Amino acid sequence: MRLVKVGIVVFPGSNCDRDMHHVLRDVFGFDVQYVWHTKTVPAGTDAVVLPGGFSYGDRLRAGAIAAHSPVMSDVRRLASEGTPVLGVCNGFQILTECGILPGALLVNESLGFMCQWTDLVVENASTPFTSMLYVGQRVPIPIANGEGRYYADEDTVRDLQRGGRVVFRYADGSVNGSVGGIAGICSDDGNVVGMMPHPERAAEYETNPVDCGPARMIFESLAGYAPVQRQRQRQISHAGRVGGGEGEARP
Amino acid sequence: MSLEQSELDYLTSRLGRIPRPAELHIVAAEWSEHCSYKSSKRHLRILPTDGPLVISEKGYDSGVLDVGGGYVVTAHIESHNHPSAVEPYGGAATGVGGVIRDILSAGTRPIAILDGLRFGNPRTDPKALWLFKNAVSGIADYGNCIGIPTVGGELEFDDSYAGYAMVDVAAIGFGKRDRLVRNHAEPGDVVVLLGGPTGRDGIGGSQFASDSLETEDRSAVQIPDPFIEKLLIEAVLEARSAGAIHAMKDLGGGGLSCAVSETADALGVGITINADAVHAREGGMSVEEIMTSESQERMLVITDGVRGLQTIREICSKFGVSHSVIGVVKRDGMMRVTSGGRRAGGGEEEEEEDVAAEMPAEVVANARLLDLPRQRPAYLDGIEGVSCAPHAQGGGGAADYTDILRRLMTSPNIASRSWVYSQYDHEVGIRTVVRPGADASVLRLDNGRYLAVSMDGNPKHCYVNPRQGAIGCFEEACRNVVCTGAAPIGMLDHLQFGDPTDPGVFWTFVESVRGISDFAREMGIPCVGGKVSLYNETPSGPIKPTPVIAVLGLVSDGGSRDGGGRADDSAMQRMLARPADGDHIIVVGSTKDEMGGSEYYEYIRGVVGGRCPAVSAAESRRNSGAILDITRRAGLSHMVHDCSKGGLAAAVSEMCLGAGLGCDVDVARVPRAHDAGAAADGTAGAPAREMPDDVTLFSESHSRYVVLVPDESLQEVEDLLARSGAVHARIGRVTRGGPGGRIILRSGGDRTVADLSVDKTRGEWSGVLGGMVHGA
Repeated sequence: MRLVKVGIVVFPGSNCDRDMHHVLRDVFGFDVQYVWHTKTVPAGTDAVVLPGGFSYGDRLRAGAIAAHSPVMSDVRRLASEGTPVLGVCNGFQILTECGILPGALLVNESLGFMCQWTDLVVENASTPFTSMLYVGQRVPIPIANGEGRYYADEDTVRDLQRGGRVVFRYADGSVNGSVGGIAGICSDDGNVVGMMPHPERAAEYETNPVDCGPARMIFESLAGYAPVQRQRQRQISHAGRVGGGEGEARP
Repeated sequence: MSLEQSELDYLTSRLGRIPRPAELHIVAAEWSEHCSYKSSKRHLRILPTDGPLVISEKGYDSGVLDVGGGYVVTAHIESHNHPSAVEPYGGAATGVGGVIRDILSAGTRPIAILDGLRFGNPRTDPKALWLFKNAVSGIADYGNCIGIPTVGGELEFDDSYAGYAMVDVAAIGFGKRDRLVRNHAEPGDVVVLLGGPTGRDGIGGSQFASDSLETEDRSAVQIPDPFIEKLLIEAVLEARSAGAIHAMKDLGGGGLSCAVSETADALGVGITINADAVHAREGGMSVEEIMTSESQERMLVITDGVRGLQTIREICSKFGVSHSVIGVVKRDGMMRVTSGGRRAGGGEEEEEEDVAAEMPAEVVANARLLDLPRQRPAYLDGIEGVSCAPHAQGGGGAADYTDILRRLMTSPNIASRSWVYSQYDHEVGIRTVVRPGADASVLRLDNGRYLAVSMDGNPKHCYVNPRQGAIGCFEEACRNVVCTGAAPIGMLDHLQFGDPTDPGVFWTFVESVRGISDFAREMGIPCVGGKVSLYNETPSGPIKPTPVIAVLGLVSDGGSRDGGGRADDSAMQRMLARPADGDHIIVVGSTKDEMGGSEYYEYIRGVVGGRCPAVSAAESRRNSGAILDITRRAGLSHMVHDCSKGGLAAAVSEMCLGAGLGCDVDVARVPRAHDAGAAADGTAGAPAREMPDDVTLFSESHSRYVVLVPDESLQEVEDLLARSGAVHARIGRVTRGGPGGRIILRSGGDRTVADLSVDKTRGEWSGVLGGMVHGA
């Protein structure tokens, strides 16, 4: 058992929370806790995952209501403090709806729900979720969404690209019409990653018909990163809490 | 309201008085064909329901099977034909919701959905594509939102469904055996209604579904809300884990009338409810409306009035699920509905309440069964004697079937279903190991085993021979499950026919039930659940007999799992195997001259009739046994595919198109027999020469499998087949795909009878359904 504590936030209508729990705990040995959306994230949580699903039945817009759930103020604080946060599918939509990540997820170009396997290409291999992947690596993974077309205005997309904040692109750039084929992005500091495809569905031999090796590295990255990060934070707090370092680029 | 005069007289005599208005509404809902099975029940009793794995419990709405390790699988099937024909989006969506709650009511978590869809011929029925597109959207939006994967199903177009829609939904659940809800109730327990508010939608829906579709009564169609269903699922499962549920029943057809009367009757208690206590969507609803509304996403729960109720209240509050305490359990066996006064759950005093209904639950829940007359319909006379001459000969004596095979592979009934299932989340829950598009879908279970499920119907066969057609659907579903290496453990039957008061229609119903029952006994497969849907009539008459059979199979040789890494699991290795260039193609089972109801006769030649494919139980058992022997050993085969619609030619082509590979096959080597009798003897039967090529290519004889075997295990597979006694032959090899890849079928030596480009045909095959809907 790795002693990395991960909180999975559960909103009304989340439906990949149990899948994420299985993969994190049973496959990778994390210490996993569900966090109901009206509660607070327990102290000592090393990483937070916002799982996929249909929070609030996608009413209004996917993720729009969950973005205002009480737990999100905790998530926002932890994100700004450098805690790794992963939003998958609806979790990514929630992160953009509440402004932690820029841009928006629009209805797919096909105008319908798409459930299919695709390949991602890694563009940033230095986030807490990609450090054990390499730039250019392909990751076979499924998408399953109706509103997965990443969109942001030109300036934002340019900033994302310049800042190395595009984490994943679709190998087939036209799969759903995302701008620049973007499948996943990260925050300025790199600790918050949002992605539409489902790594928890690709991380086991039984569920991945292609090759589960690359997707497993997303979780292995976190397993290797979180203890290091925890130690670093402890040092910071010993030193009397140095400032947040907003906008500072991670090496 | 649709009580017959004789039923009214019967009710009056049982009550010993004139029924009150509300009582008439309640009884009319519960005694509808949809809820009471009054026409069919007498005949359904012959279906075998016991088996070593079957767990029976009073009041379950789904079948329960013990799959080992302390776990159970639950299964149920329903249809939503009438509503879907009027409003396909909402009808199909609420069809999913309804069957999901049947799974939930046993206390198990729903883990998979399969849907069978049937519509009119898109070439002649202008409504067919609209119904198809919206039914798919309805299922997708509902199933995706509640996070239950739609892992399989079927799709068929046929003239007999013109202007109509058949939407069948099967659901599978999974849970721990010791957490099953053991339905029981004590006097003093309270009755709680959980979920969506009761409104004026779906009023009289069960009666609407028990009549021919003459008016498009939209108020009888229910409105779906998957978000509430999702909350309801989580709340109910949490309450179950907390031990707060004594008994539970979903609200479906007949609404509260059905749920309250059947629960009281099944548990041998009385239930008194106060209609005014029901949380409603709007004010001013009458007792009759509240009792017969079929508003969706509702569950009836019985719990104790102190701790259980408190737990349920807390859980409902957590999930934001509305609930109301609507009644109390009594000792007297009466179903009593009051209005006004105090809430019934509040205590003993029930002052100033109007009693709107007060009837023995046993009377309400058990309609008087009918014994409808039946007579073999005249259309069957001579229908199996129909035949058509072999396809016109081409040059050199061999006819060319290239164009026919291409048309068959791109027919809406055979073409790739990916347009449909790519709109369904078929992976959420991360149990899906074999995905839609294969013969059967396979789900991993928490006990290291794998569950295979398939759903099959074949109205074209059933029209030609209702008995053999129904057995054939059953055997096909078994075959599909066997292809994945799973042995059948249970079946669900869904019997869909026209107006049962037509003796001809009813004869076909009884023939089908008898066929299914006989085969189930023969094979030792218990019927764990089922549904009957009658009065499926279109403006041009009854639908073709449409029994749909779902079969569950278990792969029990799953090896150890470490949760992700090792490939030491033979079942998994086999399921993940892919066809490869150079594989030998072996056909198991004999091909007979059984062209009746075949896709080739009906779609290509425009002929209805001919000899219906017949199943020999002996051949079926021998062949499936041999296939299971092969699939149980890792590495022996790269793929096993069943032979069904479109015959051997379609089966081989499907394997190639799915894998993007070619083949070179000699159909003259295919083992043939005159009939099922000859095949049952294990003899290949008559000399092959007499069978025209089109029969060999397209006959839909049962009990046949195509097996792809790599070079290194050819000897072992052939030895194994020889020992099993199953008729088989090596008919060709898989060849390369890509540019220049071809599907080549020969008939003896060099005579090519079909020659298709893999890439081109694959593009057409995969684009047909999307193209149809988008008008391409």
